[in-house]
Amino acid sequence: MQNLEEFRNEVKEWLDKNCPPSMRSGADPSIPVDEVWGGRKAEYKNPESKIWLDRMGAKGWTMPTVPKEYGGGGLNAEQVTILNQEMFAIGAKQPLLSFGIWMLAPVLLEYGSEEQKKEHLPKIIKGEIRWCQGYSEPGSGSDLASLATKAEDIGDHFLVNGQKVWTSYADKADWIFALVRTGPKEPKHDGISFLLIDMETAGVSTKPITLISGKSPFCETFFDDVKVPKENLIGQLNAGWAIAKALLQHERAFISSFGLGSGMGSGRDLVSIAKKHVGEEDGKISNGFYRSQIASHKIKEHAFGLTFKRAKDEGGKASATASMFKLYGTEHNKKRHELMIAATGINGVAWDGDEFDKEDKNLTRAWLRTKGNSIEGGTSEVQLNVISKRVLGLPS
Amino acid sequence: MKLVLTEEQEFLRDTAKDFAQERTPVTHFRALRDNKDKNLWDRDIWQEMVNLGWSGILIPEEFGGSNFGVAGISVILQECGKTLTPSPLFSTGVLGAYAISNFGTQEQKEKYLPKIVSGEITTALAVDESSHHDPLKTSFEAKKNNEEYLLNGKKTFVIDGASADILIVLARTSGNSGELAGLTLFIVDANADGLNIIKLDMADSRNYANIEFNDVKCSNQEILGTVETGGETVERILDIGRIAMSAEMLGNAESAFETTIEYLKQRKQFGVLIGTFQALQHRAAEMFCEIELTKSAVMAAVQGADENSNELQRLSSLAKTIAGETLHLVSNEAIQMHGGIGVTDEYDLGFFIKRSRVAEQIFGSSTYHTERYANLSGF
Repeated sequence: MQNLEEFRNEVKEWLDKNCPPSMRSGADPSIPVDEVWGGRKAEYKNPESKIWLDRMGAKGWTMPTVPKEYGGGGLNAEQVTILNQEMFAIGAKQPLLSFGIWMLAPVLLEYGSEEQKKEHLPKIIKGEIRWCQGYSEPGSGSDLASLATKAEDIGDHFLVNGQKVWTSYADKADWIFALVRTGPKEPKHDGISFLLIDMETAGVSTKPITLISGKSPFCETFFDDVKVPKENLIGQLNAGWAIAKALLQHERAFISSFGLGSGMGSGRDLVSIAKKHVGEEDGKISNGFYRSQIASHKIKEHAFGLTFKRAKDEGGKASATASMFKLYGTEHNKKRHELMIAATGINGVAWDGDEFDKEDKNLTRAWLRTKGNSIEGGTSEVQLNVISKRVLGLPS
Repeated sequence: MKLVLTEEQEFLRDTAKDFAQERTPVTHFRALRDNKDKNLWDRDIWQEMVNLGWSGILIPEEFGGSNFGVAGISVILQECGKTLTPSPLFSTGVLGAYAISNFGTQEQKEKYLPKIVSGEITTALAVDESSHHDPLKTSFEAKKNNEEYLLNGKKTFVIDGASADILIVLARTSGNSGELAGLTLFIVDANADGLNIIKLDMADSRNYANIEFNDVKCSNQEILGTVETGGETVERILDIGRIAMSAEMLGNAESAFETTIEYLKQRKQFGVLIGTFQALQHRAAEMFCEIELTKSAVMAAVQGADENSNELQRLSSLAKTIAGETLHLVSNEAIQMHGGIGVTDEYDLGFFIKRSRVAEQIFGSSTYHTERYANLSGF
C-alpha cells in the first residue's frame, strides 16, 4: 500500500494544480457563488464551479470511499482524512451537494445489483444526474408505510400511478428514487418496492409548493401512467421497506450532522440581535427577562453541542441516539428563532417593503421555515416514539 | 480531548458501582435516617471507602493519594449518587483534598493530606452565610491580632459540618460585602474554643451545620492560600465542588429515571401496562434526552477541571445548571408517573426529590449558575 506521506504530497500537488482560485479561501468576492447540485439542468454563474466539479468527479473524490470500479476514489479511511485535511487547509469548497451521494449511493452499494451500481454510481459521483427523493404522499406523512402510489407489473415494465409530496428540488432533478406499492394485498410493510424513475419519462410532472415562509425547494410530483423498466427495481419486489428504512437512517445521520441546510433558517447570532434591538447596558442585554431566556437557551445549546461531540467520540453508536439529535436539533432551532424574532421586536415580524432591513425580513421567513424542521425527516413526535420504544424499551 | 472515560476511570466506576449496589443500597441511607443517626453517615462504611483509596483520589502520590483527578472522583460520586450513599466523600475527598492539595503550604499538606488519605480526619468547607449561595457577600470577619487572627460571625449550611474535624472557612479580612478582594481562607480545628456547631435538620436527611464563631483564634500558619485573594481561591475550589456535585446529581437522576422506566414496564391500569401510554412515553423520552445532555455537560466540565481549562468556570456553571434542572425534572416526573405509591415514605422516590432540592441549592442553584454563565459569556 502507498505510503500516507506520499499520498498527502500527491493530494497537495493535485489540489494545487486543479482547484480553481475561486473554489478556495481568498476567492475574489465579486465572483458569484454557485450552489452546485449538478445534473442535466445545472446552470453555473461561475464556470469554475463546473470545472471543479468535473475534476473532482473524475477523480471520484466526491465519494472518496466508493471503489474505483463504480467511479469512486477507492480511498481508505486514513486517505480520506488526509484528503479532507488538505481540502480544509486551502479552504476548498465542497464541489457537489447531492441527495444521490447522501442518500441513494449508500443504499445502492448495499442493495443494488452489479449492473445498477455500474449504471448509477458513476453518474452520481460525477454529478451528471441529480436525484430527488419520492417518499411522502398526501395521505402518508408520518405513517409512511401506508403509501399508495402504485406500480403494476404489466409484463415488460411497471406502470406507475400516484402522487408524491415534499419532493425537494423535484423540478430540478433528473431522476427520482421512489417508494411504490407493488403488493396491494400484502400487509402494508410487505407490499412496498424501491424504484428508480427517470423524470423525463412521459407522465411525470412536478409543481412547486409555496410554504408559510414563501418560496421553497419542495414540490409535488405526479405520476400518470408512467412506464418504468423492470431493471429499475432495487432489491427484491415487495422488499423495499428495509431499503426505505436504511435510507432514512442515512437521511437522519445527514440531517443531524449537516442540519437541514438553508431550511435550518438564519445563522444570525441571538445575543448580538438582542443587544442591538433590546439594548445593551454595561455589556449586558439590558432587559433581564430576555437575557435569562437567552441564557437558558444558550446553556441547552452548549450541552447539546457537547452531546454531539460525545456521540462522535464514542464512535458512531449514534443510530440509537439519531432520533435524539433530530428531535433536539430541530426543537432548539425553532426556539432560537422564536427568541430571535422576539428580540427583534416589530422588525422581527416584517414581511416586505423598504421600511425594513433585508436581514430582518429574512429573519421572519427563516423563523417560519424552521416550523417545518420538526416535521420533515420524521416529526418530533415520531422521534419521541422511536426513543421510547427502541431506546427505553417501553411496550407497544 | 475525547468525551469518553479512560480505562482507569471505567475501572473506578465499576468498583464504585459494585460498592454502592452491595454495601450501600438505598436501604442503608434509610436505616441511618430512621435511626436518627448522629452523623447521618456510617463510620465503618466510610472507612471501607477510604480503604478503596477514594478519599485520596485528588491527593498527590507523595502524600499517599492516587491523583486520579476530578474525573476519577466524579465517576465514583455518580455511582454513589445512584443509591443516595451518604458519606463525607464530597466534603473531604473533593473539597478538603482539592483545597489543601492545590493551595496548601508544604507544612499544611504534610499535616492534613495523609490524614485525609487514611480516614483519620474529615473536612468541611464553610462559605455561605445566608439562605442563598453568594461567596462575594461574605461579611464573616477575620481580624488580625499579632501572629494570629480572630474569627467572628456565623456560617450556614456547612456540608458535613456537624461531623468534620477540620473546617476551611471563608472570611473577610478587608473590604466590604460584595467585593472579591479582601477575602481569606482559614483552616480551623473543629474543636477550637469559641466554636458553636449547630446541627441542621434538612429535608434530605444528610449532615449539615450552622457554625457560630466567637473570637476563634487561628494562627497565620493556618491561612490557606494567600491573604486577601481567598475570593479567587474559593471560586476555584467551589467550581471543582460544583462539578463533582453535578456528577452525583446525575447519578441521582439516572437512578430515579431507571426506577421509573421499570415501573412503566410492570404497572398495569385499565388492563394494560401504563408504559404503553404515549402521554407517559413521550415524557420518558424527553427525560432520557435531558439525562444525555447532562452526561455530556458533566463530562466536559470534569475534563475541563483536570485540564485546567480557561473555560472551567463556564463549564462548571453549565454542568450545575443542567444537572439541577434535569434532576428537578426527573424527580418530579418519577413521582407523578408512579402515582400514589410515589408520595409514600415507604417508597424510595421521596428520598430522591428531597435530595434533589437540597443538592440544587449546594454552591448555587440553576438560577444562580444561569446568571453566572450569562455574565461569563458576555450576554
